[in-house]
Amino acid sequence: MNPMNFVILAAILFSIGASAVLLRRNAIVAFMGVELMLNAANLALVAFSRLHGQLEGQVMAFFVMVVAAAEVVVGLALIIAVFRARTNISLDEPAELRG
Amino acid sequence: MLSLTWALIAVPLASALVLLLVGKRGDSWAPWAGVGASGATFVVGLGAYIELLSRDASDRSHHQHLFAWITGGELKVDAGLLVDPLSLTFVLLVSMVGTLIHVYSVAYMAEDKNRRIFFAYLNLFIAAMLLLVLADSFLLLFVGWEGVGLASYLLIGFWNYKPEYATAAKKAFVVNRIGDIGLIVAMGLMFAAFGALDFETVLGGAAGASEATLTGIGLMLLLAATGKSAQFPLQSWLGDAMAGPTPVSALIHAATMVTAGIYLIVRSAAIFNGAPTAQLVVAAVGAITLIMGAVIGMAKDDIKKALAASTMSQIGYMMLAAGLGPIGYAFAIFHLVTHGFFKAGMFLGAGSVMHAMKDQVDMRRFGALRGAMTITWVTFGVGWLAILGVPPFSGFHSKDKIIEAAFVGEGWQPWIFGGAALIGAGLTAFYMSRLFFMTFHGKARWTDDQHPHESSWLMTVPMIILAVGSAFLGLILASGDRFATWLEPVTGHVEHHDPVLSIPVIIGATLLLVALGAFAAWRLYGAREVVPVATQGSLATIAARNDLFQDQINEALYQRPGQHVTRMLVFADAAVVDGAVNKQAAGFLKWGESWRRLQTGYVRSYVGTILGGLLIVLLIVVLGGL
Repeated sequence: MNPMNFVILAAILFSIGASAVLLRRNAIVAFMGVELMLNAANLALVAFSRLHGQLEGQVMAFFVMVVAAAEVVVGLALIIAVFRARTNISLDEPAELRG
Repeated sequence: MLSLTWALIAVPLASALVLLLVGKRGDSWAPWAGVGASGATFVVGLGAYIELLSRDASDRSHHQHLFAWITGGELKVDAGLLVDPLSLTFVLLVSMVGTLIHVYSVAYMAEDKNRRIFFAYLNLFIAAMLLLVLADSFLLLFVGWEGVGLASYLLIGFWNYKPEYATAAKKAFVVNRIGDIGLIVAMGLMFAAFGALDFETVLGGAAGASEATLTGIGLMLLLAATGKSAQFPLQSWLGDAMAGPTPVSALIHAATMVTAGIYLIVRSAAIFNGAPTAQLVVAAVGAITLIMGAVIGMAKDDIKKALAASTMSQIGYMMLAAGLGPIGYAFAIFHLVTHGFFKAGMFLGAGSVMHAMKDQVDMRRFGALRGAMTITWVTFGVGWLAILGVPPFSGFHSKDKIIEAAFVGEGWQPWIFGGAALIGAGLTAFYMSRLFFMTFHGKARWTDDQHPHESSWLMTVPMIILAVGSAFLGLILASGDRFATWLEPVTGHVEHHDPVLSIPVIIGATLLLVALGAFAAWRLYGAREVVPVATQGSLATIAARNDLFQDQINEALYQRPGQHVTRMLVFADAAVVDGAVNKQAAGFLKWGESWRRLQTGYVRSYVGTILGGLLIVLLIVVLGGL
């Protein structure tokens, strides 16, 4: 199978994830979009690793997984904190940093 | 005693500092400490005089180097004292009249709870005035000059809880400052022309300088002198300066401080001798002021202001004499000395009258005081005869010489200056007789609660001593031209000049005018009843009462335009200088404001920006073929 197909799949997944982050107001969904983007990147890394016959890409993918796991912990904690403060998790609701 | 000259300045200065710093516990002995310090200067001055007198006439100059004062580049000024006949004359006048006035003040200020400060200021004044006359360079003279201005400011405003007195002090200070600019510019010109500021170099080198330089320096020195000596056009402060306690008026505004201008001119004789134009202006200023002062004096009802106008007029005589060149210098100083005695005596007499009349100064409320205050009446009378120039009193010998000297010359000048001096003598006779008759003769016009009485001996004794001086000093100094000979080492020897009129004619005309003036005053104010409230009066009277509108003229000519200029400058500052900076700042603010809108606070718009940025970078990378 042509490894380029994996790269194209990764691009599609990334676009879907980015669209979810940009378009959805629900923080959980947006968060899922972020996860999707991370995993699309992982897929691209692994594909490139296969393409070039080198292992660095796969090593990098493991790193990303570890960082993503940590990120999930922080992200979910933030979402819960926002929910406790505001009783909803709409992304458009908190705008205190407006200039 | 010549080596002790520094003590002349140090003793009163130290006394002033001690009295200022010692606090309330010095209140009891402060007046006598002030008298002691002032008396000490007189003793030292007298000792120096005796020592100088024992020397040969050509050797009568003692230069005492004190310390190297300023060394900066080409400018080197040493602080030193110069004792010669001219400065010693001033030292004796200032210290003697000053001491008498100190004694008088002990009684006059006895009720004032700030009298310790008062005596400190008086001593400060004596120190500054002695520094002024003893300095051996124009720069050190300037220190004394400013010190005198400061002391005068402090003393005029001594009762500064009254706003108009504080204003009078401020006015004197500001007007004096204008004159001081003249002295500063003159010193600048001297430095440019001679490279030094000490008398020896400047006055010694004056003969070799161009006439234009000397004229410039001379006119600037004249500006300084007009400020300090209350001469036209800077005369307006003197009348208001009467706000100070009467001893201050006697000391500062009659006998000593206002004479500083004359001293400056006579000291700078070498400069004026080489600048005939400047000399002519000096004489013209003197002639204008002597008539002006006399006219103002004729209409004043305030006894102190009338005396102040008279001071202006008499200093005008001295200025006129100083402007006549070498023939006048000695007479200017001669008149200055005799004037110092009789004017101080009359001011002290006026103070004594005010003391008796509960600080009343309106002469229309006096009258018939001769019975109640015999000593004041007699001493004031002697001063009156002296200023009138009745022989053999002091004023006759000094003023008559000035009138004679004014008639010396060629062309129109002797007629103008001599005529002014002659008319001035008649006017002087009128206004002084008016003052004398209104105060001491006629019917009593006192208010109900006034019970005039003679002052204590502390006040009368100085008045008696000054009256004795007013009576005989002129005769003593004039006999055998003693005074002119004494000053000759400084003012230079002068050949005798014949006036355009013969001397007996001048003396006769002067005495006739004086008699006429006195007689007119007697008819109007001695024999006739004086109304206690001034009537409207003619236009001339109104003008004279308002000091010939000098304040109004100053306001219209200088103050208002000055205010307009400052307002314009303030406007230009706000609109242009501040405007540019403020506009710039506002521009940055607007710019920042427009960027602020990017911060929406919505997380998703940030994400969009990040993605957009990423896309742009990617596009560049891909399209750039990297």
